[in-house]
Amino acid sequence: MANMNELANLVKELEEQLVTCIRCGMCQSVCPLFEQTRKEADVARGKLALLTGLMENIFTDPDGVNERLNRCLLCGSCAANCPSGVNVLEIFIKARAILTEYKGLSPAKQLIFKKMLANPGTFDTLVAWAGKFQGLFAKDDANAQGTSCARLVSPLLADRHFVPLASTPFHKEIPEQGLKTKGTKLKAAIFTGCLIDKVFPNIARSTIKALDHHGVGVSIPSGQGCCGIPALASGDRETFTRLVDHNLALFDKENFDVLVTACATCTSTIKKLWPSVYKDASSGVKARLEALSKRTMDINQFMVDHVDTKLGESQGDSNGETVTYHDPCHLKKSLGVSGQPRQMIKAAGKNLVEMSGSDKCCGMGGSFNVYHYDLSSAIGKLKQQNISDTGCTTLSTGCPACMMQISDMLAKNNANIRVRHPMELYAEALEK
Amino acid sequence: MISQSIITQLKEVLGSENVLTEKEDMLTYSYDAAVLDAQMPGAVVIPADTEGIGHVVKVCHENRIPLTVRGAGTNLSGGTIPEGHGIVLLTGRLNKIIEINEADMYAVVQPGVVTADLAAAVEAKGLFYPPDPGSQAVSTIGGNVAENAGGLRGLKYGVTKDYVMGMRFFDAQGNYIKTGSRTVKCATGYNITGLMVGSEGTLGVLDEITLKLIPAPQDRHSLVAVYDTIEQASETVAAIIAARIVPATLEILDNFTIRAVEDFSKAGLPVEAAALLLIEVDGHPAVVKEEGVKVEALCKKLGATSINVAQTDAERDKIWAARRSALSALAKLKPTLVLEDATVPRSKIPDMVKALQDIATTYKIDIGTFGHAGDGNLHPTILTDKRNTEEFHRVEEAIEEIFDKALALGGTLSGEHGTGIAKAPFLEKEAGYSSILFSRQLRGALDPNNILNPGKITGVSSDTTN
Repeated sequence: MANMNELANLVKELEEQLVTCIRCGMCQSVCPLFEQTRKEADVARGKLALLTGLMENIFTDPDGVNERLNRCLLCGSCAANCPSGVNVLEIFIKARAILTEYKGLSPAKQLIFKKMLANPGTFDTLVAWAGKFQGLFAKDDANAQGTSCARLVSPLLADRHFVPLASTPFHKEIPEQGLKTKGTKLKAAIFTGCLIDKVFPNIARSTIKALDHHGVGVSIPSGQGCCGIPALASGDRETFTRLVDHNLALFDKENFDVLVTACATCTSTIKKLWPSVYKDASSGVKARLEALSKRTMDINQFMVDHVDTKLGESQGDSNGETVTYHDPCHLKKSLGVSGQPRQMIKAAGKNLVEMSGSDKCCGMGGSFNVYHYDLSSAIGKLKQQNISDTGCTTLSTGCPACMMQISDMLAKNNANIRVRHPMELYAEALEK
Repeated sequence: MISQSIITQLKEVLGSENVLTEKEDMLTYSYDAAVLDAQMPGAVVIPADTEGIGHVVKVCHENRIPLTVRGAGTNLSGGTIPEGHGIVLLTGRLNKIIEINEADMYAVVQPGVVTADLAAAVEAKGLFYPPDPGSQAVSTIGGNVAENAGGLRGLKYGVTKDYVMGMRFFDAQGNYIKTGSRTVKCATGYNITGLMVGSEGTLGVLDEITLKLIPAPQDRHSLVAVYDTIEQASETVAAIIAARIVPATLEILDNFTIRAVEDFSKAGLPVEAAALLLIEVDGHPAVVKEEGVKVEALCKKLGATSINVAQTDAERDKIWAARRSALSALAKLKPTLVLEDATVPRSKIPDMVKALQDIATTYKIDIGTFGHAGDGNLHPTILTDKRNTEEFHRVEEAIEEIFDKALALGGTLSGEHGTGIAKAPFLEKEAGYSSILFSRQLRGALDPNNILNPGKITGVSSDTTN
């Protein structure tokens, strides 16, 4: 391993951002992980101090800091509430990349990110195979969430109740050369996102249906890749950059007014991280990323702010259905979008009830759920309790990753509550 | 250094996951919110009950290991920066509200209960725990008691010391002490409770704390008054008090702070104004109405150029959001923020404000001033970058001059942040040597081995008289 002095110099790249933390400790009040463990290394202030320690070269190896840095949901609750305005997420993501580039990616992650995720075609094929075989090791829970669980004791799945892979991924439903419809006014391109493509294709169908209904032209280029956040969260800036290149080239060819996504995490990644974390961007690439970022928008925000959606609002036609809405961190805290998804639910004619702590993180955090399932579940359980307390029949949220986590938690609790994206509720209402 | 056998012994009693020794973890307990040098402890322990606390104190006593208790680590005077190689005791797992007694209006809590959590639990029962330090969303009751924390409501409702009825704690030798009572009156023995409040962990380790609760005010009325000169604002403060009106909150923002808040929040504040007063009266609706009218008239009479009265809860929230964002807005201007709390008799507020402006000019530094004008507790907030050693030296000189000025005006070095490490060297200026000696003798008698939070309040630990 190279010497720690070299690492200290790499971390110096973050110095101007690190010094803005005034150690006030207010992040302790909003960090979902700290609420569970009450340990300083689990909250932003502690992690920023650790990075400062690396920069000052006081450790003999980077492993302890690396391990603690990875114990984070990247939910951004700290950043959204930071009195000093520390850009915590960008610091953590860059620090993960610096540490990974210094230490090297683990062999398992190399396989997953570099061989699979970085090549959208290969990734799609592998997931399609997994979809065909999942019935062998998982069985249907036959519950409101539509989850499955392991047939036998499985160290990989533990006691998870997961939403199974779709029998046909969304990208197989559209023409090979991509989907294009002519609208009467605005043109929207859709960035599908992995989870919607492979687990929740109905969200994509619903989005198209709603856009069609309102005369918005749709274009969905085929061969879309992942937005890159899973690789980036593991410090693999190289795979992230390759994926951004791939997607940027695809969308550069399209003619559209707005790029919409129905995944809070994809939207936030495209808007915030594509321009800021792309490795060694030339000025041309940077300008293109910034221009795309400006044109990218959450689907709910697009529907409410740019399309006339006044469907069933306040008609009380909710068929006894009561919906509560969970604010995805990457929508509310990262992008400030919280009113529009609620308006979509109301536009679908549903009776909306607020849960307590609607903007508290659900505990998913992508790979955090994989590596720290116990903590992820403890955080998720609080969310489940708040949802159940409303007496709702449907939980709605604007992020498929949150939908996975919340489905797992509700299934564990045997709650008879279905989980739907606001766009699904809206499209259901259009059918009536 | 703490020997391996001591670590093993602590792990046996507390569980190995509740004894931390890795260097990375030590780094995260080496600082608090004060701008001071960090000190890494040798071990961090996380007891969950009285027995666990008692065991830690016993181990520290027997092995003469320095012990510093830490709640949320939001201290602004370095009170939670540990002694190098000592033990830090975290109160994170001691976070139960043991009892809220509505009939007798008191609450019994463990020291790690978060201040805002207690306030909310009490409010749900129609009762009120008034102390509201700026860090209440994270700060702990144990920390508030140890520091005698204040807040925005000090003027009418007092500070933490006014709400502590009794407590249980371990002394330096590990004896379990009960002091105070659950009764409104209590005249037995020394007032050990009073001595413990504000003792910054130097006299004992808190276990249970009994707090006084009061009925929640039925109504409140908030307004903002805008002034062309800071003198007029200060005179209004004096006039309100002279009219025998005691607002729940009476806050001031100077021009530097107004501009910072406006840049940050675009709330529509008048950036040309020399000062703003933010005032809230509360209590019985009839009284609130009468006092609200009187306060408004006084503001007008003393030259307020405009007065904005909150008509709805949303408008009220907007007024207080401006005050609450003052520190955030200032914090965003430069990397390092030094928040002082020198306090003067409230009639001296105009002199203190003037002095602060002169000091900013003399030392060529940025000072934003806001704070609790009603109780004389201003927060001159110095914005700097501690990496700029030349400028930081000027900042240190300016702070010393702020202290001197506050004392010359008959005030104190700290209204609510405590002595800690930051103000220990200056305490003699305020209280005189006899007072330091008395404190050191008291401390020496109770803690002969000097293990409880050494170096705080009474000066450096190596002093022979300590």
